[in-house]
Amino acid sequence: MKVPKGSWVQIHQIVLNPEERAPQVPDDTKQVPLELRVNGFLDQDAEIGKEVTITTLIGRKLTGYLRKENPRYEYDFGQPIPALLTIGQELRNFLFEEGRSK
Amino acid sequence: MKDMSYLRVMERKNEIMKQAIGIDYQQFELSPIAFDYERMMKEVGYSLNEIKEIQSETGVGNTPLLELKNITRLVRKISKPGYGAKIYLKDEAANPSGSFKARRASVSVYHAEKHGYRGVVAATSGNYGAGVASQAAMRGLKCIIVQEVYDSTGLGQPEILEKGRKCEAYGAEVLQLSVGPELFYTFLKVLEETGYFNASLYTPFGIAGVETLGAEIIEEIRKREGKDPDAIVVTHAGGGNLTGTARGVQKMDALDTKIIGASVDLSGLHMASDKAFNRKAFTTGHTGFGMPFATWPDRADVPRNAARALRYMDRYVTISQGEVFYVTEALAQLEGLERGPAGNTSLAAAIAIAREMKEDQIVVVQETEYTGAGKHPSAQLTLAIEQGIEVRRGNPADDKPGERIIIPEEPAQIHVKDVDLDKVRQSYLKNVVEKIHINSVNKLELTFLAQEIKESEAYVLRILQEMGVNLK
Repeated sequence: MKVPKGSWVQIHQIVLNPEERAPQVPDDTKQVPLELRVNGFLDQDAEIGKEVTITTLIGRKLTGYLRKENPRYEYDFGQPIPALLTIGQELRNFLFEEGRSK
Repeated sequence: MKDMSYLRVMERKNEIMKQAIGIDYQQFELSPIAFDYERMMKEVGYSLNEIKEIQSETGVGNTPLLELKNITRLVRKISKPGYGAKIYLKDEAANPSGSFKARRASVSVYHAEKHGYRGVVAATSGNYGAGVASQAAMRGLKCIIVQEVYDSTGLGQPEILEKGRKCEAYGAEVLQLSVGPELFYTFLKVLEETGYFNASLYTPFGIAGVETLGAEIIEEIRKREGKDPDAIVVTHAGGGNLTGTARGVQKMDALDTKIIGASVDLSGLHMASDKAFNRKAFTTGHTGFGMPFATWPDRADVPRNAARALRYMDRYVTISQGEVFYVTEALAQLEGLERGPAGNTSLAAAIAIAREMKEDQIVVVQETEYTGAGKHPSAQLTLAIEQGIEVRRGNPADDKPGERIIIPEEPAQIHVKDVDLDKVRQSYLKNVVEKIHINSVNKLELTFLAQEIKESEAYVLRILQEMGVNLK
């Protein structure tokens, strides 16, 4: 399926292959490439995975492989954390209720 | 066509930087070791009054200083009789971009505009990106932010993803990289391609922008309490927050106010490791920046770093991730202030430190940061749990970065660990000896080194002599 020109997309580039990585990088990082992701407006109709050009929010042209159309914000507030949920009540009881009973 | 390979671009570093900052750092060099720090700050930076003016143009600074009445009561309740200092909090989240980093960005972006640069670039995964993007939006400059966001599986750190979104909200282009120090290479390429200004965190502009924060604290506490605060606790990472604040305090002649640095303890986690990247629940304000930048400030993206924390630090403490999350809850629930966790590092430390202080003393926590999706305890602890990290209530002394996050069971369990500043100072001197390859120092260099680590010349000489370095 083609993503239409002008869509807000994310592209992906390999900046450095594993063998090109800096000498001071730890071993686990050296085994993987340095990757770049950038969002912008697609300059031409294209399919996911194809090499494309985008225009970024400041008007620069960047090339890379089309990764996602209208990429979702992939983070949120997570789940409520049981280990945090009761802290407020505990502190209020300690500070206010005990004081009031005295 | 220029050679854009890693090594060739890195070789052009000095020439790219000179164009992108417009500072000839060479003029301040005094010897292979020493440079004239104060002259650099004076001639390149701006005066306190000029900065106030610049910041007022874009609504930066003059944030509320809040007395944390309930947290102070809580601290007194768990302290020995007569102990428990009054705690004030500088609500830096009230800055336009949601953190004190707006101060740091304001002068750089002003300077870039004044000198005709069409845009600004900053290498940062922190709140600084939003600070630069917001200031650039106000001054009509283009902005590019280079971040380290993802591990090799494509999993991003929630709080950094949120910071990237915020930069785009201000109209910036955001380059999101996977883990690795070669971020600097991408950064240099962008500077070379665009000819934009390097809004580095570590220029004299960036540091001078924070001086107003220290000055405002002193002015406000004098007005309300008729005296200077006894201590200011500063979250310490790259050193700019601490350096700028301390310089502002000194410019107000508050010479007895102690400057205490605090970092989240992430010892044992390698900062450039792909696998360790998402085992951190904090991506800033931690020892992974705090230690290396204190012991070798000139590792930054400018030839001479204006952030030199050891010159100003009276004490340096660490606190665990779990303690900071606990205190973030306490701030929301007892003071009605929901703020981002990393910015509460200094508050968590201040709660422990206030217990050691008398009731008539004053401790100021000098920042907060905004909070939201990603930049939130539940977001960061959900990531931790999904990475197999244990999260539970218990004694924070059992906390182990990358394995266990222990949320305290009660406020009296919050403790700071003192970092032995002697060791940090010695480590700084060892770096000087090893990185500059010296076997002797002259009198001028000795004086410089003593200022660098806030110690006597006799102290410096003794340590140097132990390493076989003598006075010429």
